[in-house]
Amino acid sequence: MTTMGAASIELRGLGFRYPDGTPALDDVDLKVDAGERVAIIGPNGAGKSTLALHLNGIHTATIGQVAIGDVEVGSRTLRDVRRRVGLVFQDPDDQLFMPTVGEDVAFGPRHAGLRGDPLRVRVGAALAAVGMEGTELVAPHHLSIGQRRRVAIATVLATEAEVLVLDEPTANLDPASRRDLLAVLDRLDCTQIVITHDLPFAAEVCRRVVLLDEGRVVADAAMIDVLGDPDLLADHRLFLPRGFDPAAV
Amino acid sequence: MDGLAPEVKLVATTAYVMAVVCTPPEAVPAFAVHAAVAIAALLLARIPARTLMRRLRIEIPFVAFAALLPVMGAAPRIDVGPLSLSQAGLWAMWGIVVKATLGLAASVVLIATTSPSQILEGCSRLRLPPTLVAIAGFMVRYGSIIGDEADRMAVARRARGDESRWFWQMRGAAAVGGALVVRSYERGERVHRAMLARGYDGTMPPAERARPNGRECGVALVLPFVSCVTALIAIVAP
Repeated sequence: MTTMGAASIELRGLGFRYPDGTPALDDVDLKVDAGERVAIIGPNGAGKSTLALHLNGIHTATIGQVAIGDVEVGSRTLRDVRRRVGLVFQDPDDQLFMPTVGEDVAFGPRHAGLRGDPLRVRVGAALAAVGMEGTELVAPHHLSIGQRRRVAIATVLATEAEVLVLDEPTANLDPASRRDLLAVLDRLDCTQIVITHDLPFAAEVCRRVVLLDEGRVVADAAMIDVLGDPDLLADHRLFLPRGFDPAAV
Repeated sequence: MDGLAPEVKLVATTAYVMAVVCTPPEAVPAFAVHAAVAIAALLLARIPARTLMRRLRIEIPFVAFAALLPVMGAAPRIDVGPLSLSQAGLWAMWGIVVKATLGLAASVVLIATTSPSQILEGCSRLRLPPTLVAIAGFMVRYGSIIGDEADRMAVARRARGDESRWFWQMRGAAAVGGALVVRSYERGERVHRAMLARGYDGTMPPAERARPNGRECGVALVLPFVSCVTALIAIVAP
């Protein structure tokens, strides 16, 4: 699968409060280069998923700015931003809402106006990129959760996304599906943001990590430096599995 | 029959059911023709009699209701053994039973040869309102997921000693039902978010319009055509 390329991401002073007044993000600055892979880690309620929803304009910034490449995320640029930024949600059943795999993968490109043979080719290529070729007519509930996760990634690859944002991509995956997912992500050349509690997985996919807690960026550094600091992790309710050596990845 | 375009099968089934419904109950020979058409379709689709009988069970409540009509109907009445039955009630019962059975047989042919997603595809190609087709699609997609969720919650409830066998023990089951409604609502919000993330702007993208060929239409529509002509004759020249 060839993507349209990769886009950079820039968040400047991003802040967000839920309608009930609960603060979710506070003065977040983040710059990710085109093609870079960055893990965002943090305890539950740190604001990781809220941040992800800002990247493709599901939440629009009330304080600060979000830019994808040279496009500022706002009501006028939503269509373009949602084509360029693909969100892969935590539960693949939330993402796969059409009756068949093929229709689901075609949903985004069809909204962008693609029809006929070019659409079929795009769907086939996106499924092939995640190792799910030939499943166009299968109903999503007939797939295993690992296969559903890969199809969920195909749904955003089909839009030729330049940025891939994965929210808890290893949730509920068995070891073999987790390994398959790693191989799929490794083959993609787009910018990747991996939001996860699975620190070994983050270490395998990304060299850079952003630690978020209570809506603020606590650390933004090389993976080895953050995972190699058990006190920093423990201060923010994160722990590596016993015996895991981040330097060995 | 599996290879026919779904929109053609939908039109054929609807035309057949309309013909059966429009036929006056008194036109008994017309129902013999309708039955022959249904049997031909069942044979062409190679549907075993056992499958048909199993699926026809759904009409039992309607048949039970219809069975009351001869007893409770108005005069004139006729004596059948020890019972005095209403003549109009007997015709009404016959009408309900024969129309429901034939209509269901046609539906059995449709669903045995067409997957739910193909039926939805056919609805789209017939230009049914996209929002309604999308809602039906979500029901197909999420019905099993919500069902599985309900099963898991029921197991969790029973694992903590709540059996809810009798009406006065329904508190646990009712709580599960309530939680399921809330969870389904929350899932709906997440699905909507996932749709927005892929460019959804309030309208579903239109379906591709593949035209079925003439032969396909001819093969599928000949049987309902026979029924439609029969119904017309039964109405015009009773």
